[in-house]
Amino acid sequence: MRFIFKTDYAQDIQLAKHSGHVFWYSALMLLLLAAPWLFAEYWLAQLTLVLIYSIAGLGLMLLAGFTGLFSMGHAAFLGVGAYTHTVLTNMGVPFPIAIACAAGLSAAVGMVVGLPALRVKGIYLGIATLSFGFIVEEVLARWESVTGGNAGIHVKKPDIFGWVLDSGEQFYFLCLVITVAATLGILNLLRSPTGRAFVAIRDSEISAQSMGIHLAYYKTLSFAISAALAGVAGVAGALYAHNLQFISPDQFNILQSIDLLLMIVIGGVGSVHGAFLGAIFLISMPQAISMIKDYLPATIGQAPGLQGLVYGLVLIAFVLFEPMGLYGRWLKIRTYLQMFPFYRKGMFKRQKSFQKSDRLK
Amino acid sequence: MTNATLLSAKNLSVRFGGVLAVNNVSFDVKQGEVFTLIGPNGAGKTTVFNLISRIYTPATGEMAYLGPKGMLNLTEQPPQNVASLGIARTFQNIELFEHASVLHNLLIGRHTHRTTHLWQDLFFTAKVRETELKAREKAEEVIEFLNLQHYRDSFVAGLPYGVRKVVEMARALCTEPKLLLLDEPSSGLNVEETDDMAFWIQDIKHELGITVLMVEHDMTLVSKVSDRVLAMNQGEMLAMGTPREIQTDPGVIEAYLGSIDDVSSLRRKVNGDTDLEPSNARGAQA
Repeated sequence: MRFIFKTDYAQDIQLAKHSGHVFWYSALMLLLLAAPWLFAEYWLAQLTLVLIYSIAGLGLMLLAGFTGLFSMGHAAFLGVGAYTHTVLTNMGVPFPIAIACAAGLSAAVGMVVGLPALRVKGIYLGIATLSFGFIVEEVLARWESVTGGNAGIHVKKPDIFGWVLDSGEQFYFLCLVITVAATLGILNLLRSPTGRAFVAIRDSEISAQSMGIHLAYYKTLSFAISAALAGVAGVAGALYAHNLQFISPDQFNILQSIDLLLMIVIGGVGSVHGAFLGAIFLISMPQAISMIKDYLPATIGQAPGLQGLVYGLVLIAFVLFEPMGLYGRWLKIRTYLQMFPFYRKGMFKRQKSFQKSDRLK
Repeated sequence: MTNATLLSAKNLSVRFGGVLAVNNVSFDVKQGEVFTLIGPNGAGKTTVFNLISRIYTPATGEMAYLGPKGMLNLTEQPPQNVASLGIARTFQNIELFEHASVLHNLLIGRHTHRTTHLWQDLFFTAKVRETELKAREKAEEVIEFLNLQHYRDSFVAGLPYGVRKVVEMARALCTEPKLLLLDEPSSGLNVEETDDMAFWIQDIKHELGITVLMVEHDMTLVSKVSDRVLAMNQGEMLAMGTPREIQTDPGVIEAYLGSIDDVSSLRRKVNGDTDLEPSNARGAQA
């Protein structure tokens, strides 16, 4: 067990709380930097996909996990980002400007979608964002002059002022840089007044308001940041299809939104780690399923909806047995190991919380 | 104690559907005093609090508040501005940020004192670091004032009720208020905790110089700390005065215990026609 002796308030606002953090996150960073030389091309591509999903996951985590606003149409922001970028680069706009525009337009759309969040909560907000997802998908399919309709649109390779990223390794590093920047940004927000305001809105709007937090501003802000990250992830996703170099509206449908939501719930709502663990889960699951497929009886193994079934079962299992997700489970395992052999069975028993005031709702 | 009026409410009324929750209530809170609202359930005490913190808008009447630039019309302020004007509150059923630590809760209380913008927060610039350290220092002052050192890093979801009450008061104090609204500070507390609460309210008044407006049922606590008491019933004002005056006021006693007429109408009739006098009623029971 590690005991941190605190002598300075600054210790509590450091990102790395102790030498263990410094060591492990440096090791992870080195591993990620060395990945192109360590892993085969296929696995590097999978790792890139994990990074892309993590960016979108971070955005949705900020919105759902830290501000308490669930979006069931988040794939639409991926779509807005991907299409904005593609249309702009096809017009000859350089990559960095195009990606900034994609993030900006996604954020603007996010603000508009955030408006109903000022009035509706919980499941109703879910329905509002869900229908927004359908609207965007439909617009992408029908606005043929710009988006190419259902036939899709060709995506150019990223061109950073003449330097074309055309190999898998270069694209991997691009995604790694964006992911690290996004993670640091989110971590900084969360340890500053802005992030605290988000958490306050999640836990009690009424007292957040009486602490002077402008609900409308922070809710819209959360939607904007979340949508901007999803937009960037959308750009990366569009570029990822580097063997196809092609995007179409059905890549940004409701199933994609549900995948994103599934990802943060399984990763652990309310933790930054959760976004990454969820992304790893989401990418590795199809691999795992195809690996065990051959060992199952043919009627089950070859059934068309097997992946959906497994996802559904895993989600139900997590909601029932581990609402804190993979990260919550990891925390328990870590505590068990740290305290061994003094771990008590009831340590993580969930407590019933006190009745909240319903007078003001 | 200065005698300047900090908050003045005039003819406040609120209607929820057919219920007149607050009817023509007027009072002045003077700087540096502890002003208490008492009354039976449904008297409209919490509604008055929600009017002051601008969660509700009064149907009629207005509130004036001594802000940083002199008297201002509180009725025109949006709810999120109330905290920066120096009005902080606690809630009857505790509205803490449950999935955050006590320290985190107190730092949210410092929100009105933030000086940095989104972009500075995003990069966690030196300025953010500096204001964060200042906020922490202030939070630590409050922690020390209310003896919360032991719970600093505990999550609110795991704290006992009595401690949560104190944490909520601490969070309100972190905003550095001029007027502190306490909604039933002693509800759910045991005798010892209530004594502590009385002690702290007196400290808040004398040491920090904060004016306190509270809703409270525990008359021992009320008479110990209050300078003036306003009794309400069914949304209307019954009486105003010192705790002692209020406790002997016939109207207040009637609101709490009922009048002799109420009792006589409920009294059992003997032989179907004659009401018994109180002395006879006792005899009949025996």
